[in-house]
Amino acid sequence: MNAETLGAVRRFLPQIVALFAILAINTAVFPGFLDITVQNDRFYGSLIDILNRGAPVALLAIGMTLVIATKGIDLSVGAVMAICGAVAASGVAGGGSVAMAVTTALVVGVACGAWNGMLVAMLGIQPIVATLILMVAGRGIAQLITEGVILTFNNEGLAFFGSGSIFALPVPVLLWIGMGVLVAFVVRRTALGLLIEAIGVNRRAATLSGVNSHVLLITVYMISGLCAAIAGVIAAADIRGADANNAGLWLELDAILAVVIGGTSLLGGRFTLLGSLIGAMIIQSINTGILSSGFPPEFNLIIKAVIILLILVIQSPALRTFVVFWRGPKEEVFDKEQSAP
Amino acid sequence: MSSEPMLRVENLTKRFPGALALDAVDFSLKAGEVHALLGENGAGKSTLIKCLTGAYRRDSGEIVLDGQPVDPRDTFDAQKLGIGTVYQEVNLLPNLTVAENLFMGRQPLRFGMVDTRSMNRDARQMLAQYGLEIDVARELSAYSVAVQQIVAIARAVDLSGKVLILDEPTASLDAHEVRMVFDIVRSLREKGLGIIFITHFLDQVFEISDRLTVLRNGRLVGTRAIAETERLDLVTMMLGHELSQETREHAAERGGKPETRFRFRGFGRARSIAPFDLDIGRGEVVGMAGLLGSGRTETAEVIFGIRPHDSGSAEMDGAPLALTSPRKAIAAGIGFCPEDRKTDGIVGDLSVRENIILALQARRGWARPLSAREQNTLADRFIKALDIRTSDREKPIKLLSGGNQQKAILARWLATEPQLLILDEPTRGIDVGAHAEIIRLIEDLCAEGMSLLVISSELEELVAYARRIVVLRDRAHVTELGGAEIDTDSIVRAIAADAGTEIGT
Amino acid sequence: MLFKSALAGATMLASAVLGTSVASATTVGFSQIGSESGWRAAETTVTKKEAEKRGIDLKFADAQQKQENQIKAIRSFIAQGVDAILVAPVVETGWDSVLEEAKDAEIPVILLDRTIKASDDLYLTAVTSDQVHEGKVAGNWLVEAVGNKDCNIVELQGTTGSSPAIARKKGFEEAIAGSENLEIIRSQTGDFTRTKGKEVMESFLKAEDGGKNICALYAHNDDMALGAIQAIKEAGLKPGEDILVVSIDAVPDIFKALAAGEANATVELTPNMAGPAFDILEAYLADGTTPEKWIQTESKLFTQADDPMAVYEEKKDLGY
Repeated sequence: MNAETLGAVRRFLPQIVALFAILAINTAVFPGFLDITVQNDRFYGSLIDILNRGAPVALLAIGMTLVIATKGIDLSVGAVMAICGAVAASGVAGGGSVAMAVTTALVVGVACGAWNGMLVAMLGIQPIVATLILMVAGRGIAQLITEGVILTFNNEGLAFFGSGSIFALPVPVLLWIGMGVLVAFVVRRTALGLLIEAIGVNRRAATLSGVNSHVLLITVYMISGLCAAIAGVIAAADIRGADANNAGLWLELDAILAVVIGGTSLLGGRFTLLGSLIGAMIIQSINTGILSSGFPPEFNLIIKAVIILLILVIQSPALRTFVVFWRGPKEEVFDKEQSAP
Repeated sequence: MSSEPMLRVENLTKRFPGALALDAVDFSLKAGEVHALLGENGAGKSTLIKCLTGAYRRDSGEIVLDGQPVDPRDTFDAQKLGIGTVYQEVNLLPNLTVAENLFMGRQPLRFGMVDTRSMNRDARQMLAQYGLEIDVARELSAYSVAVQQIVAIARAVDLSGKVLILDEPTASLDAHEVRMVFDIVRSLREKGLGIIFITHFLDQVFEISDRLTVLRNGRLVGTRAIAETERLDLVTMMLGHELSQETREHAAERGGKPETRFRFRGFGRARSIAPFDLDIGRGEVVGMAGLLGSGRTETAEVIFGIRPHDSGSAEMDGAPLALTSPRKAIAAGIGFCPEDRKTDGIVGDLSVRENIILALQARRGWARPLSAREQNTLADRFIKALDIRTSDREKPIKLLSGGNQQKAILARWLATEPQLLILDEPTRGIDVGAHAEIIRLIEDLCAEGMSLLVISSELEELVAYARRIVVLRDRAHVTELGGAEIDTDSIVRAIAADAGTEIGT
Repeated sequence: MLFKSALAGATMLASAVLGTSVASATTVGFSQIGSESGWRAAETTVTKKEAEKRGIDLKFADAQQKQENQIKAIRSFIAQGVDAILVAPVVETGWDSVLEEAKDAEIPVILLDRTIKASDDLYLTAVTSDQVHEGKVAGNWLVEAVGNKDCNIVELQGTTGSSPAIARKKGFEEAIAGSENLEIIRSQTGDFTRTKGKEVMESFLKAEDGGKNICALYAHNDDMALGAIQAIKEAGLKPGEDILVVSIDAVPDIFKALAAGEANATVELTPNMAGPAFDILEAYLADGTTPEKWIQTESKLFTQADDPMAVYEEKKDLGY
């Protein structure tokens, strides 16, 4: 167990170093950054904000990791968030129960995922194109549901998913951590993870070995849809309203970025959920740090871009090879050169 | 043929961290000779080639070209010096036209624009020297691998012009195409080029080479003139030990007639393979022979459900089988080792262990995972049983040599304990040592009662282990040979009957 | 495309048939940008209501954010011989030739809500709000509300670089420039959305001693203010009392917050651009009165004292 933990730490060293470096910079710029107090029976502080505000991207990154592991990509998750948020909000606004509204939203999210999965698996449409359809159409669907307005509601039960707390922790934090643990458990304790990776590395070879790639692909997109649905409910609950235009806008890109920062290759195959979640927290730390810093907003995007560029450069294989080479001979380098064509 | 070599390599040494890839190797190439470079995988052939083409920098030693010491920094530099290379996987751009591929990076310009007309004319002239008359304005991918290979050779010769390195150029060609390429190699030899030829096919070495050099474990074993070399000598040089007499026993002469397990009647698929009848018995090896494109692979794919059959029926032990998809075929106890290991077989980034358990796990479904212990036991058992050479079972399979990858794929199917195993070219692109082991393995498997359907272009191999041989031509099963009829001559005759093409042995 | 124009044609035909029933009514064509925001939808609703009130036959065309659709709609209005054309232009340039055509046909054109870059003899007038002025109204209210107390203000800007964000910031800063006791201590973009408004406000609260250091919030739109109000509540403070909240737009939801005492003031960006436009038009058609080239709409201030629930009831069905 100890060795395992040590292995995990070593594997995610670049990500963990990046996360702590960003937190350190944030603390340097804004000294109160690490303070955590208890207010209104819940933890309160910038670190909690990172965990809380990072929930949508973390949730999307969970589904996105699995999709990317199959050599796919899901551009529709932001739009699915908007749809599911709208479904949940209109459910309670129409007088329905919270349980019913949330269940409907989750079912709709899973259905959106099934649609994407079928386009990819059955019709063989490239994932980027297949999910682009729902990415574009999804916001329109969400607007139809909200009838073009921000659909506000005053239901404490639904709002609980956004601003409630259990054991002094915000509910969104518990939701993404819980979902992360659940999905990680399912994919790693069953053979799902292995079969997903096999599809991602070589779909043809996997299919010839009897892997049911159609069903697995659809399942993976459905999980992504489910994650987007939870994120959508959180986003709507957070502002007590469904904003079809802005909910989840561009978050698919943040989710993809989180997966990449976490160390999963866009080429598919080996994936790491923990890495993606750390990636999501890195992104949110940057966002929260920028907001706390008090810099003029004109610099937000530049600062974010520069930091992410630095992280990706530090993680790049070329730089790693260079460092290994510089440090002295190691077996890995030999293997790589041998396998080069 | 001048006696002074045009290319001389002396004491070439290349060290990788943790391994000596080339240890003081000498090599020489005369103008106007074809020099075969031989050795098992890992012997140092590719390293030597990469040092010559500038892909690697040597640690020590000399490379002398036309009396001048040279030190190519990269492949472009090597091309400028006169050393060109053609690889097994053609490294041209399939979506450009033939002419564009030939003149890539040096297109004739007119008013600053590519002069397509004169480029196409030059391309036609260039290919005409090779006896190739094709539409150079079409995309390269429209042509067969053989034509692509010739285009690659034409480009390399045009760019370099002194030394031509052919790295397994014939690996994916059929006999007729090999002949086309060899004709070109001969004509280039007459023009005075020095040609280094790397191959696994010993027949081809004897057919085309003037001299041969054998490497083993990074060291030079020796250089001989072909005229003075016996096949057995060559194998001994490569393996370092004498082959046992394992390929001489005829399987057909063993035992009585086995009980029929698998029975196919009128089984086929339009435009893939004409309906055929086929019986396979318990513990029987049925061979399939024919030229590339004759329907051998198609037969396998129809049986395995990759291309679902549209006529006929299949049964096992009298019970009907629904073979409409690979999953159903696997459920029925059938396994399939495809010919193209890289695209259809290995899952490259996954470990040897994961590749071995993949088919078994897929059959159990995702919800019933094999425990870590079961996986390790299975993997270790097969790594040991099949002698898969890997530092450990967690190594990504793409880092293994071709022969060991093939054995791992075999292990993947053996783990599912199949009733019928289909092997498509199980020994293609595999070094001699692994080759013999796989043949031994096939014999062991059928001794244990497994039925095997083996596709191979190596007729001697088929003769060695097959009880019956199905001969295919033009996407149809044409003859079945059994018992004493089985020998290479009769197979060749059956393939060639009516076909009107001359077949090399 | 074909389908869309066929549909538009059918709609027009239908309205033309209906229009004949109101004899001798003034006919006005209205080319609307689309319905990208609640405010825009409200503008459409109010325009239709205003037309109905005055017995004007309004021909409505939704351009779905495309200038080419607007130009097409204007041409078809000209072909139908309408008495006047209202345009809410989607972009600033490219209008010259179609407006020339309207001028040649002697049909007056009135720009609503946005202006264009073209010679001003091509249109009768432009009815728009003054966004700098809106910022000023908000600032003046705060100056008065705070009195002589020291007040640290946090500002939620609109999308960085957008013209309403620039103008509303400018107007507010001008209004508080004369009061030494008022100071903007933090200013970040909330992208005009509730989510970002809430997230940014959370960080303001953390950065300013749990909010104890903040006296007022100025948001460039109501949506960001509504998000921020929730952040303030969750931080254990009372919005409207501990932190004053002033914003711009006057969307229905902010009136609920005003009624609940959680917001203090909002400046209306009126959706009624058509009312003044129709007034001008009636005068012009009656005796040729030429209006000013720019008509500024009223930027009305609403506070808790203005019976917010009544305003909410009035506004909630306008399509916001």
